[in-house]
Amino acid sequence: MRKALFLLLPRSGCAGRQTPLDPASLQSGQLWSLFQVMLWVCGIAYVLVLSFLGWSIWRARHAMERASPMLNPGDRGIGRGLWGWGVLVGVGLIVLTVASFLADWSIARAERAGALDIRVTGHQWWWRIQYRDRQSGGWIETANELHLPLGRAAHVSLGSADVIHSFWVPNVAGKMDVIPGRVNSLTLTPWRVGWFRGQCAEFCGSQHAHMAFDVKVESPQGFATWLADQRKNVAAPTDPITAQGQKVVTQGPCAACHTLRGTSAQGRAGPDLTHLASRRMLAAGALPMSRGGIQGWVAQPLALKPGTSMPAVPLSSSDAKAVSAYLASLQ
Amino acid sequence: MTEEERDQLARTWRDAPGLWGFLTTVDHKRIAARYVLTTIAMMFLAGMLALDMRLQLIKPGMERMGPQEYNESFSLHGSTMLFLVSVPVMEAMGLWLVPLMLGQRNVAFPRLSAFSYWLYLGGVLMLWVPHALGITPDLGWFEYPPLSGPAYSPGHRADIWAQMITFTEVAALAASVNLAATILKMRPPGMTLARMPLFLWAMLVASLMTILALPAVMLVTSMLIADRLVSTAFFAPVAGGDTLLFQHLFWFFGHPEVYIIFLPAVGFVSAIVPTFARRPMFGYRAMVLSIAAITVLAFGLWVHHMFAVGLPRIGNSFYTVASMAIALPASLQIFCWIATIWSGHPRFDTPMLWVAGFLATFVIGGLSGVMAASAPLDLQLTDTYFIVAHLHYVLVGGAMFPLFGALCYWYPKATGRMMSERWGKLSFWLIAGGFNLGFFPMHILGLMGMPRRVYTYPAEMGWGTLNAIASAGSAIAVLGGLLLVTNAWWSYRHGRAAGDNPWDAATLEWAAASPPPAHNIDLVPVIHDMVPLWSQRDELDAMEGLASDKREVLVTSVIDAEPLYRQHSAGPSLWPLISALAVTVLFVGSIFTPWALVWGAVPVGAALTAWFWPTRQRATSGPLGRARR
Repeated sequence: MRKALFLLLPRSGCAGRQTPLDPASLQSGQLWSLFQVMLWVCGIAYVLVLSFLGWSIWRARHAMERASPMLNPGDRGIGRGLWGWGVLVGVGLIVLTVASFLADWSIARAERAGALDIRVTGHQWWWRIQYRDRQSGGWIETANELHLPLGRAAHVSLGSADVIHSFWVPNVAGKMDVIPGRVNSLTLTPWRVGWFRGQCAEFCGSQHAHMAFDVKVESPQGFATWLADQRKNVAAPTDPITAQGQKVVTQGPCAACHTLRGTSAQGRAGPDLTHLASRRMLAAGALPMSRGGIQGWVAQPLALKPGTSMPAVPLSSSDAKAVSAYLASLQ
Repeated sequence: MTEEERDQLARTWRDAPGLWGFLTTVDHKRIAARYVLTTIAMMFLAGMLALDMRLQLIKPGMERMGPQEYNESFSLHGSTMLFLVSVPVMEAMGLWLVPLMLGQRNVAFPRLSAFSYWLYLGGVLMLWVPHALGITPDLGWFEYPPLSGPAYSPGHRADIWAQMITFTEVAALAASVNLAATILKMRPPGMTLARMPLFLWAMLVASLMTILALPAVMLVTSMLIADRLVSTAFFAPVAGGDTLLFQHLFWFFGHPEVYIIFLPAVGFVSAIVPTFARRPMFGYRAMVLSIAAITVLAFGLWVHHMFAVGLPRIGNSFYTVASMAIALPASLQIFCWIATIWSGHPRFDTPMLWVAGFLATFVIGGLSGVMAASAPLDLQLTDTYFIVAHLHYVLVGGAMFPLFGALCYWYPKATGRMMSERWGKLSFWLIAGGFNLGFFPMHILGLMGMPRRVYTYPAEMGWGTLNAIASAGSAIAVLGGLLLVTNAWWSYRHGRAAGDNPWDAATLEWAAASPPPAHNIDLVPVIHDMVPLWSQRDELDAMEGLASDKREVLVTSVIDAEPLYRQHSAGPSLWPLISALAVTVLFVGSIFTPWALVWGAVPVGAALTAWFWPTRQRATSGPLGRARR
């Protein structure tokens, strides 16, 4: 069955990385099984209805002139058919309801203590992602890219800084809205490594279409290494150009909105840039990460994402090159 | 009835000629006709917006529309189709059909029906004039706060949307009260509730549902305007409000609304099938009970639009069960229709083609709805193209297809001409085929991860091919729609003459002439079963006694339709239009200042006082006549 549906997914690019049809976790695995039950039951129901209709049309194929109306048709046989059909539909609905409950119960049971503690906050139009740091009691922050260790439950608390968004990475779990004034939660228990794509799934304004995020499921060791790297402050600049870049970023307008841990830039309105270049994509999935991409984004954010809150910052040509070199070095 | 009496009757009920007659008429047929034509014009505009969006999505990364333009398009498309087309067209069809099907001369409250249309027109202008001026609402057809609140939506777009709803909801309430009163109290003698055509059952419960559901949306949109205009904080969490309150109140209306749209369609199908299957509907009692069950259940489902907001699991589970349960009465209705066709001698003229299209298409929408009814599975389906597919399958397949069938079916009665069968069949295949080609792939797109309301998508996602197919199918469907409208327009002048009962149907509206005169029918019929025109072929029993020199209708008892008294029926009046204008000023003003509610109430009060000023004698205007034979 999965192979048949896979024929629908063209083998290219990101295809298959943002779909509930290729589950990579306990949660989406349950939902995939439930969906298969639904497809069978609903498919059979539709075939029955269409067959009955087709049979009626087939029986009438010789009708030419308008027949005179039958005032007292005998309906006892059909009456029994109605009862039979009602019972069949009732049973089908009960089967589907029970299947739904079982899936829900399995997903609920997967929520457990000792899970990895992650906080995700939706913004117009990016995702703030924070990992609870057991050592310091604080939070390790990044943006737009979520890493998860294989086989371990991750408990994600979901909030919003502005309007309603929805956190959806279908290969890993069903969606959950992020609603200001409310904390929702989702448990993710990945069972396969790989890169997956998520996207905001609640209309949130002008750039709703460009509010994606990446999810990487990796081995527990890989995850631990990644988290340890993310915990560190910014790398020190290694040459004059990146030093100039750091100076412009931390002392210029960038610092008003962005944080680079270990420098004077402590702005919270925009994403944390401490390890910007370690991420796969830029601007919530709008561009692949590259130095050119960073330079283009900084120069003209409104051209790439009209309506974005990030203003175009006028920089001299040498400053622009230095800033992009510096940011591209922040692994 | 003598020729003289007939002439006098016609004169009593005739409208004044020209513009004055147009503005003051209370003839339910004229008002319903302009209502239907306006909704069809709105459907065309909304369809053009849809084509525009489909062109934008035909391939990835298209740059012909920016996000603002696209967001305006889907907001205007959804708001127009749901508030300015689907509900009003069903009410309008009811307004036209109900008195004719009851053998009555007019609805219970004639001037209220005129008021309903003018206010609906105000709603149309409230949305489309700002669009023409460039201030289009752009947050969808159910603008959730905080996005629609004052902090994130400055300006008046959201207020325009919210107030348009108020217009259309007052118009809908007016129409519903009218239809419910007419169906309950103005049935012909002998038409007990147990012998009432299924269409009238459907219109009755749809009207009752409207009365119960619409106040919720008027309330919630007024609360939104208040948040935006006078700094209340109903939906602002920072000030103690709750964004979810909006969703609960909106969907408490929103879910019954789709059944308010669907049940009249059920009525259309239940009127068309017996005529073409040449037998009374199988399972009348099951159909009535199913209609009642759907009505009741419809009010207990709304949270299935909110499965992703993080409500407690046990609450979600309740709504899963309720949402699954409503599939049972719907499936019984499907069986009854097909069983009627199976056991009759059906002919598939154009109206029956639409019924077949409805059955094949709506059931797909119902089944995708059963999938979405599961709260956990819905977390993968909601807010994706799967739900776009589902909602269009149930609204287009479940309401529009029966509507097109109904238009073809009653067109001869309304105009006296037949529509072209050949073009009718062609437009059916183009619309039904194009629709399925256009929207079935959207189920798959949703399962491939495409979310709703995105103005573009990356090429790497692999969504391009199915989107192109969806766009092609939609274009074919629109072509079919244009053909259908052209058929209707051309047949108006050149169609074959229809006669009174071209389909040899059984219900009372076919006893009137085609088109019916202003007074509909000469004498109030008396019926003895559900198929009066089949069982009383030669001449219908009738009741004498209604005056010909003044406007009167017969009022009967609720359950058994025993004649009670003759009721004077209101004649033409300009006050509904003037009242609607006054209400319009109040509604439009109140999005700019709350004082509009105070000052605007004065002309509204004056107009309503003039409207209801007692100038006529009171009810019970004379002795009842006697049934002939």
